[in-house]
Amino acid sequence: MTESATAHDQSPVPASIDASTMRQMYAKMHLIRTFEERAAEQYMRGNIGGFLHLAIGEEAAVVGAVAALRPTDPITSTYREHGQALARGSDPNAVMAELFGRTTGLCNGRGGSMHLMDREHAFYGGYGIVGGSIPLAVGLGFAINYRHEDGVVMVMFGDGATNQGVLSESMNMAKLWHLPVIFFCLNNQYGMGTSITRAASDTELFTRAQAFDMPSRRIDGMDVMAVYSAVNDAAEYARTAHEPSMIEALAYRYRGHSMSDPDNTRPEEEKARWRARDPLITFERVVLGDAIATPEELEQLRAANVTRIDEAVSFAEGSPQVPISALADNVYTHPWNTNPRGGAVMPGADQ
Amino acid sequence: MEHQPARWSGHAGCRSVSTSTPTSVSYREALTQAMREELQRDANVFLMGEDIGLFEGSFKVTRGLLTEFGPTRIVDTPISEAGFVGLGIGAAMSGLRPVIELMTVNFSIVAMDQIVNNAAKVRYMFGGQVSVPMVIRMPGGAGHQLGAQHSHSLEAWFTHIPGLKVVCPSTPYDAKALLKTAIRDDDPVIFLESEGLYAKKGPVGGAEDLIPFGQGIIRREGTHCTIVAVSRMVWIALAAADILANEGISCEVIDPRTTRPLDLGMIATSVRRTNHCVVVDEGWPECGLAANVAAHVYEACFDWLDAPIGRVNAADVPMPYAHDLEQAALPRADDVAQAVRATLARRER
Ligand SMILES: Cc1ncc(C[n+]2csc(CCOP(=O)(O)OP(=O)(O)O)c2C)c(N)n1
Ligand SMILES: [Mg+2]
Repeated sequence: MTESATAHDQSPVPASIDASTMRQMYAKMHLIRTFEERAAEQYMRGNIGGFLHLAIGEEAAVVGAVAALRPTDPITSTYREHGQALARGSDPNAVMAELFGRTTGLCNGRGGSMHLMDREHAFYGGYGIVGGSIPLAVGLGFAINYRHEDGVVMVMFGDGATNQGVLSESMNMAKLWHLPVIFFCLNNQYGMGTSITRAASDTELFTRAQAFDMPSRRIDGMDVMAVYSAVNDAAEYARTAHEPSMIEALAYRYRGHSMSDPDNTRPEEEKARWRARDPLITFERVVLGDAIATPEELEQLRAANVTRIDEAVSFAEGSPQVPISALADNVYTHPWNTNPRGGAVMPGADQ
Repeated sequence: MEHQPARWSGHAGCRSVSTSTPTSVSYREALTQAMREELQRDANVFLMGEDIGLFEGSFKVTRGLLTEFGPTRIVDTPISEAGFVGLGIGAAMSGLRPVIELMTVNFSIVAMDQIVNNAAKVRYMFGGQVSVPMVIRMPGGAGHQLGAQHSHSLEAWFTHIPGLKVVCPSTPYDAKALLKTAIRDDDPVIFLESEGLYAKKGPVGGAEDLIPFGQGIIRREGTHCTIVAVSRMVWIALAAADILANEGISCEVIDPRTTRPLDLGMIATSVRRTNHCVVVDEGWPECGLAANVAAHVYEACFDWLDAPIGRVNAADVPMPYAHDLEQAALPRADDVAQAVRATLARRER
């Protein structure tokens, strides 16, 4: 399964893409890599809590897919979604601040790394339950048809999520009702420590769509141009034919599942093979080879990203903690059930 | 705090009984021991769950078991909770004894239909022709900044369902002994572990040291107020009792260990002596575990109570991510101490 992806060269640059878009895509991929590395460092320092899932290695899949959509097309994702937010244009300051749990974060410190959301950029959120966000995307697609709009929804989920029943339910409804949804499976070949070969009866995950008479294909998720083209086609199809489709992007994550995974069960040889196809390095070659940018320009752009993320870390560090008085914001709760110290104490107990 | 098969009191002087392993092991390792011994004892027992084999479990509770028992009995699954919980029920209906691990309690929600509509129902609904001798283990609780979708305490949900038995161990001894009881029980057992307790150490019993369901334990004796808590909240209650002891307030801490069946007898006996009661519960207040225990205590002890029962719950909000906010949303020893003081103060008015 992995051989076909590793063997072939980078796909041709799609005609619809111009030099400045390619430069921007390279910049985004590098921004995400830089952000993720800094987030890991801040996690080790204890500035970020909870789970931290990094997308290092998956930048081509994330950036290629997001770049092929209009900025108003809704996207949903998993808990491994810092990249999606950044690719969509969320302010890195607000993303980092969310990881720090500060008031200035994208979700005011209530969501954390797994639950970024940026409505302004039509990023409809990161969700923690595997498969959980898939039907939400179908609902967003339903709303587009309902209002006779021409948007397209993209739901991004992992290979592991294809084994949740809700994917079948969602695909069936999307096809049945002709909804403009792109089911984008980012197949990094593992769900935590479990290889796809031990979890899926058919490891060609794109074939799942066939049961619903939905077009689908597998693409090289390490090749940003291939991802861009595929999503571009799928979006065009959804906008004109009003039909869903599925894309399976074969990729690899370079770190463990989360910061707490020592990553000692995946074969070293396999890791090395996929590292050799680092999407940043391969795309840099394309960009330089096609004279899209000079080495100096790329160097400047990388330096600017490092400065940008430095700034995001300082911003997050300097941002205020969430006041405890705001504990029950945005939820209905009986007035007697929430006292500022936490814990429900019976009414009248303090009198 | 250590183990004691029947009733035990005081922090000091607890000793393991003759069959116990004298060494101190973690709550995590106690669970592993229980499973290893039951796998050895009964060929019908098998384990199934996500990443429990090769990866040895997200919390390493199944460490070493794949090597020892092989992939027929230690089965790694796809991420299909509804599917493999249902599979477990079917296997149990045919007489196997599945021990299903859900990576955390939060993912049981995906499988809730199978648990509530099938596991809890078939024995009754089919007139007793079949039973479901299955255990579903899962860690729960909050406190690690895992946010709103990964911080549930669903003791109350499961306790609500006739047909299920619900176990919430607080010590390594209880974790081992109760898991063995659960595996040998002929009904579906929801076995709720606490993420916050996996590293906690203490003595454990031997291969035949079991604790029957419905038998609570007095963790600390006292005279002024009875505090009822399970799982990690037992430790919060004990910490509160320490704080209050410095103020001359003597608390009795009762750990019912299972919430269905519930050792109401032990709780009522205590409350009839102390005349005051506070219930601590890591879940939410509405229709919660504490509310349920309090209702039972009112019915059993109304004439003995000198003040309304106090409840200490998680704040009635989805769990926030921000560290300080999350801490503020969870029951802490100070909150429990304050609830006890408030309950005692009511009497004096
Ligand atoms: C319903 C459910 N079951 C289990 C988990 C625990 N879990 C979190 S991520 C994960 C692996 C998911 O793998 P995949 O879908 O391939 O996404 P990836 O992490 O590789 O991006 C698991 C099992 C969960 N969050 N939700
Ligand atoms: Mg995966």
